[in-house]
Amino acid sequence: MSGAAQPHEHGDQIPHASFRGYMTGFVLAVILTAIPFWLVMGDVLANKTATIVAILVFGAVQIVVHVIYFLHMDAQAESGWTLMSFLFTATLILIMLSGSIWIMYHLHSNTHPQPPTAAEVRNMP
Amino acid sequence: MSTPSEMIMTDSAGQPRFFLHEEHHPENGTMLGFWLYLMSDSLIFAILFACYGVLGTNYAGGPTPAELFDLDLIAVNTSLLLISSITYGFVMISMQDGRLNQMLLWLGVTGALGLGFVAIELYEFAHLIHQDAGPGRSAFLSSFFTLVGTHGLHVSFGILWLITLMFQLKRYGINPAMRRRVACLSLFWHFLDIVWIGVFTFVYLMGVLR
Repeated sequence: MSGAAQPHEHGDQIPHASFRGYMTGFVLAVILTAIPFWLVMGDVLANKTATIVAILVFGAVQIVVHVIYFLHMDAQAESGWTLMSFLFTATLILIMLSGSIWIMYHLHSNTHPQPPTAAEVRNMP
Repeated sequence: MSTPSEMIMTDSAGQPRFFLHEEHHPENGTMLGFWLYLMSDSLIFAILFACYGVLGTNYAGGPTPAELFDLDLIAVNTSLLLISSITYGFVMISMQDGRLNQMLLWLGVTGALGLGFVAIELYEFAHLIHQDAGPGRSAFLSSFFTLVGTHGLHVSFGILWLITLMFQLKRYGINPAMRRRVACLSLFWHFLDIVWIGVFTFVYLMGVLR
């Protein structure tokens, strides 16, 4: 039996797993999952926009919790390359998501114009 | 204790013409390489999320998310995947303690939860297609099936990988190569749970609100 993993026992850097760490992550994840489901299924907030913002924030926080407690990402792993590649990817994802939705929203409103208002028709050449 | 990987390490160090100045670096890059694969995989999902974000409101006169999605079912599915995350955590702890049978047990539980997840998803898809809400109905449904289906396909391949590892563990026991494989699947499995957070938030919960 090899016992607890020692650093550099072999070539791979497999992070140390602790029961406490996994349970902390799991309890946080359950709370962060249950609240958004409750908000939507129970129709808790009267304001729809507030509900959307709330579930997006809970989702983002839960992703961070999973990355830290389940993927064991820390700044020291693989001489910092794990964190570096993660931040790079997160930036790309942010640009792709917000950029696509933003530009297509504008395209949509430009290709499907609203009918002109009465004032606009009156001022037409 | 001499392990096979230490012997490989000495072998490669014994070829100085390739490494004139040997500096300290991880001898095996598999974990970092697999991490980079996951990062590129998350770009695939990001593009599918962007597609859904752009096309998700084009119903073509067909059914809307609020009419189609059954949140009770999604809540069950989400719990299955979340519980399978902690059971995979138990796999990693058992492996660290060198308990092979316990490891196989938790791998089995994780695989069963994953199968439950895929089964519910297939039921949901079949139900939608039966209601004439298949991927061909509208741009919303095309992007929905592509995004959720790609995730489901990942989970299915993860289960296949998990079963393969169970057979390998039975045959080879816990050795450095198996540790590395189990650690890679751990990253993959937890990664899929993270993608699912995006799916249930962005697709299901926000879809029902719309």
